[in-house]
Amino acid sequence: MSSKQRVTKKQIEGKLVKLRKSGLLPPRIIEDLRDRLVDRRLTSAQLNRIIKEVEIAYDYSLVEPGEAVGAVAAQSIGEPGTQMTLKTFHFAGVAEFNVTLGLPRLIEIVDARRNPSTPTMNVFLEEKHRTDEKFAREVAQGIEQTRVERIAQSVEIDLAEGGIVVILDPDLMENKGATAELVAERLGTARPTLGEVTQDGNRIIVTPELKEGEEAVLMAKLQKTFDKVRNALIKGQDGIKRVLIKKEGKELVLYTEGTNLKGVLRTQGVDTTRTTSNHIHEIAETLGVEAARQIIIDEAKSVLDEQGLDVDIRHIMLVADLMTATGEIRQIGRHGISGEQSSVLARAAFEVTVRHLIQASIIGEEDQLRGITENVILGQSIPLGTGSLDLFMAPSKPKKKR
Amino acid sequence: MLSPDIIRKMSVTQVITADTYDEDGLPISSGLMDPKLGTIEPGQRCKSCGNRVGECPGHFGHIELARPVVHVSFAKLIKKFLKAICRRCARLKLKEESWPKYKTKMEGHFEKYGSLNQDIADEVLKEAGKATTCPHCEAEQFKIKFEKPTTFYEEKMEGSVRLTPTDIRDRLERITPEDSFLMGIDTRVTRPEWMILTVQPVPPVAVRPSITLESGVKSEDDLTHKLVDVIRINQRLRENIEAGAPQLIVEDLWELLQYHVTTYFNNEVSGIPPARHRSGRALRTLAQRLKGKEGRFRSNLSGKRVDFSARTVISPDPNLSINEVGVPLEIAKTLTVPERVTEWNIEDMRELVLKGPIGYPGCNYVVRPDGKRIDLRYVKDRKTNADGLAPGYIIERHLRTGDIVLFNRQPSLHRMSIMAHEVKVMPYRTFRLHLVVCPPYNADFDGDEMNLHVPQSEEARAEARILMLVQEQILSPRYGGPIIGGIQDYISSSYLLTRSGSLFNKRQTCQLLASAGYRDDLPPPAKKRPEPLWTGKQIFSMLLPKGLNLSLKARICQKCDVCLKEKCQYDAYVLIRDGQLLTGVIDKKAIGAAQPESVLHRIAKDYGNPAARRFLDAICPLLVVLITNMGFSMGIDDVILEPTAIRQIEQILSDAEEEGSQLVQIYQADELQRLPGRSMEETFEMKMIEILARARDKAGEVAGKHLGLDKHAVIMTGTGAKGNPLNLAQMAASVGQQAVRGQRISRGYRKRTLPHFTQGDLSPQARGFVVASYRKGLNPIEFFFHAMGGREGLVDTAVRTSTSGYMQRRLINALQDVKVEYDGTVRNSTGEIIQFKYGEDGVDPARSDHGKAVNLDVVIERVLSEEK
Repeated sequence: MSSKQRVTKKQIEGKLVKLRKSGLLPPRIIEDLRDRLVDRRLTSAQLNRIIKEVEIAYDYSLVEPGEAVGAVAAQSIGEPGTQMTLKTFHFAGVAEFNVTLGLPRLIEIVDARRNPSTPTMNVFLEEKHRTDEKFAREVAQGIEQTRVERIAQSVEIDLAEGGIVVILDPDLMENKGATAELVAERLGTARPTLGEVTQDGNRIIVTPELKEGEEAVLMAKLQKTFDKVRNALIKGQDGIKRVLIKKEGKELVLYTEGTNLKGVLRTQGVDTTRTTSNHIHEIAETLGVEAARQIIIDEAKSVLDEQGLDVDIRHIMLVADLMTATGEIRQIGRHGISGEQSSVLARAAFEVTVRHLIQASIIGEEDQLRGITENVILGQSIPLGTGSLDLFMAPSKPKKKR
Repeated sequence: MLSPDIIRKMSVTQVITADTYDEDGLPISSGLMDPKLGTIEPGQRCKSCGNRVGECPGHFGHIELARPVVHVSFAKLIKKFLKAICRRCARLKLKEESWPKYKTKMEGHFEKYGSLNQDIADEVLKEAGKATTCPHCEAEQFKIKFEKPTTFYEEKMEGSVRLTPTDIRDRLERITPEDSFLMGIDTRVTRPEWMILTVQPVPPVAVRPSITLESGVKSEDDLTHKLVDVIRINQRLRENIEAGAPQLIVEDLWELLQYHVTTYFNNEVSGIPPARHRSGRALRTLAQRLKGKEGRFRSNLSGKRVDFSARTVISPDPNLSINEVGVPLEIAKTLTVPERVTEWNIEDMRELVLKGPIGYPGCNYVVRPDGKRIDLRYVKDRKTNADGLAPGYIIERHLRTGDIVLFNRQPSLHRMSIMAHEVKVMPYRTFRLHLVVCPPYNADFDGDEMNLHVPQSEEARAEARILMLVQEQILSPRYGGPIIGGIQDYISSSYLLTRSGSLFNKRQTCQLLASAGYRDDLPPPAKKRPEPLWTGKQIFSMLLPKGLNLSLKARICQKCDVCLKEKCQYDAYVLIRDGQLLTGVIDKKAIGAAQPESVLHRIAKDYGNPAARRFLDAICPLLVVLITNMGFSMGIDDVILEPTAIRQIEQILSDAEEEGSQLVQIYQADELQRLPGRSMEETFEMKMIEILARARDKAGEVAGKHLGLDKHAVIMTGTGAKGNPLNLAQMAASVGQQAVRGQRISRGYRKRTLPHFTQGDLSPQARGFVVASYRKGLNPIEFFFHAMGGREGLVDTAVRTSTSGYMQRRLINALQDVKVEYDGTVRNSTGEIIQFKYGEDGVDPARSDHGKAVNLDVVIERVLSEEK
């Protein structure tokens, strides 16, 4: 094959496959290269030149050993924080929900809060139901938590009956997809501790069983039962406060206020591969820590993107990886990563100085002086970048002049 | 923890006297200022080591406490220990069967990390604390009650009995090493009973220096005050015990001693009042010295004060290179660079020494090979010093043009907040910097000050020059694009230069190019008649590197549905072929700061940082000259609209008002359709805000349409030099709705915002809608609402800086020792792997092309054009 000769599509493909096997370039770049090259008319010399140049450029773009990627990542995420708004904005596209965004949300993510201020889920449907509005509504009804008070005309304590009288509203029930029988069952057989349940059409009476000696506190008992009945979960998933169906392109997507990933994933017709929650800990519990890592990345990236701040994904990935490196989610701060640093000096220099020093004095802690803070404290050069290596010179003897 | 023996051994003197100085002002022997404790007065020699101030490290003394006291910081642990050990045999009350489990756990940890683990110890202590009888001697156990901060009781049947520190110490003393090991104290290092103090160390005077006021009165350090208290009570206690005073009095004094020792360690212990100075200020004792932002750690150890630094106000100088910083002569004569005298530079060095500290360029110090420093300020005859120079001497010469220095502006939020610049010594008293480096420092010239540091070693200078020089920081590691670039007038000016129809005659062209330092020949003019004329695009092209190929959409792009590319009617399609700007105007998208995929980005990426620096150094002065000659300003007539437009805007606003009042009526009639998941009120507010926002936008649109591109204000918003269309609309058309907490203004008086309205008025004007434009002027009510909105903005900024600053601090602290190792993995300081390959592909964002490892299009195009 002479270098002036045009190469065929097949030859290009072959070359790229070989390149892929060599492992010199990441698959993503080879993929992109293929897209750009297959339809071009190239000589084999040109093709080789291009591949060579790409290899050189890729090689040049690699990180150097010793690079303080952590510090750079922290700065790259922290610095835009000063430019962010402090307000909570409405979620783009869903004006009905308030979703925490901007700096407060970013802090929530790095804090790995157990109770995010606005937990939400994006529920996707299985492929065959994606455009089926009726089905979407059914799923929505199915997951939205419905409590007695939401479908009742009235819930009252009736002293004459010695119980709680619930009058159900047929319209509301229809709206939520519930029936009087279902309510009776959920209050009766499903929760036997509540007491005896009698149903008469849309009128349900719950009479708490009185144990011996409880007659005197009847009112208190009724009040307790009243609260329980009012808040009894009739259907749906606990925690899903509201569900909204939105059309995205052709597809119907369910947005929820409140999360219950486990419950929703169990629901029929839900696409378990794409449905997500913004609750990091919930994701970690249901799908594992790798999924949590991905959610940290996605959430942080979307917060930054929404504010129009350009931050390289690698920085966010590093933070997420550090947070999840142990297999558990660790907060960025004294209760997580900073509190688990191996050096006493580093911990004392961060927060709660005295406690760390006292603790170290009790167990006789040693400091290996391998971190940054420790070496700064001692006034030594730090083990990063140009300081991450030691140079030893064997001075050659000066040549004697003749 | 220290044992009483160690404390005594390291002590040079026992301190018994509570006084510090006698009548003659001399320190009292075995007092708190005993000269044996080290010296702080210059010239004096230390009684213990014989060294002078600088060399004497200070020496500890000690106080023999008449009765033992609890160390506050260990009180909690003492409680756990007391609960876990038997009150009779002092053995750990762990059942026989639990022993091996914890023992292996603890030993395993010890072997692995070389220290004990508090978590395992806590488990042990917890389990042992539950036992009600001792598993070893079967003695009955009582509940231990701990009263903060230092009192312990044993709750027996007959009532609770106080455990004195002596009792506690007695129990702790009898703990066996094996038990102690499991409880988290390694007896080879520490004994549990050391948590009860019998001897107290007295820190050296250097730790608590006294200050002499101008009046000659000596003022003692807080710690000394506290120690005086301890000693005084200690003495009284001792005397009372020896005199056989009643139990009650002894106990009271004992309690008091405990209080003083407690506050000596930590004056912020909950449960007891902090010890105060005579003036009522709480004393700053040991724990307070270490803690917090102003404590020893954060302000003296993690951050240190440095020499060879300067700070002053900054001001702009467009004639500098971006790599330079203008340093005032006065500062240059104060800051020095050490330079070693060699055979080759000895003549120059002699000259510097001769000039001395007053002349420039001169020299402030000469350091002889034996280490002796000669301060040239006090040398009468510098000639002898100059003549005495020989290889091996070091002179500390003045900072000179061409030296490398670090330049910094706080807050240092990212690494571009400290960059290396080349010095250019200049007259006057401010640091001068190029405008293009303002974005990375986030600097302006409204009174900002900046710091300058002079690296003192060859190694440091090399690192500064190679890694930290401004040109090396053009590409930001945050997003892999340029962070340095044109701002404000540079953008306006480049637009004026390159817009179609901008032509320059030979004289103008030469003047512009001369300012850019262009030395080559002129290309043939674009127009020959009536005189030779060059287009701005031609002039711009002359400064571009040869062979640059690029296309992008300018900032002024109107985002048409179908892009006409080269034939764009707004000239918004920038096309550069072989270093020639063929079409399009140069604006923010092409040379602006923080604009990835711009002309500047491509130059920096494909031609290298030095080329990007040369480009900026050439284009910037040119743009300054251009805009100076053309004149560029904005006046009130830039936002005055013609009467027809004003009428249109008035119509739009009154329509909106009408619509708003209708909405109010619907709402008040309770006929509003509720939005899902919103209350009636929320729905109403949302609809109202939407109506008003729409009106403001429409008004702005009309204004925008009537303000032509010839208006400088419009040029600035269009090109991205400054401002946005909203700002213009607010000036020309209507300021719009003022908001507090994202809501229309609703608070103030009962059911109304201001007394000018009736109660419950929901109309736009009553809730903070400003109909007027800034040009027209706001009426008092509007002005007030506007101030409310403005105040919120200010508060918001103030709050944001502190919260984001804390987040940044935590992020840095958690991530600072994460680095890339030679095997390509990312690890922390303990060597734990965080990532196996950095960023999954090992690509450094700072070297990437806006996140991509390789810009394939550029590579392909380059190869293909080469072949032709």
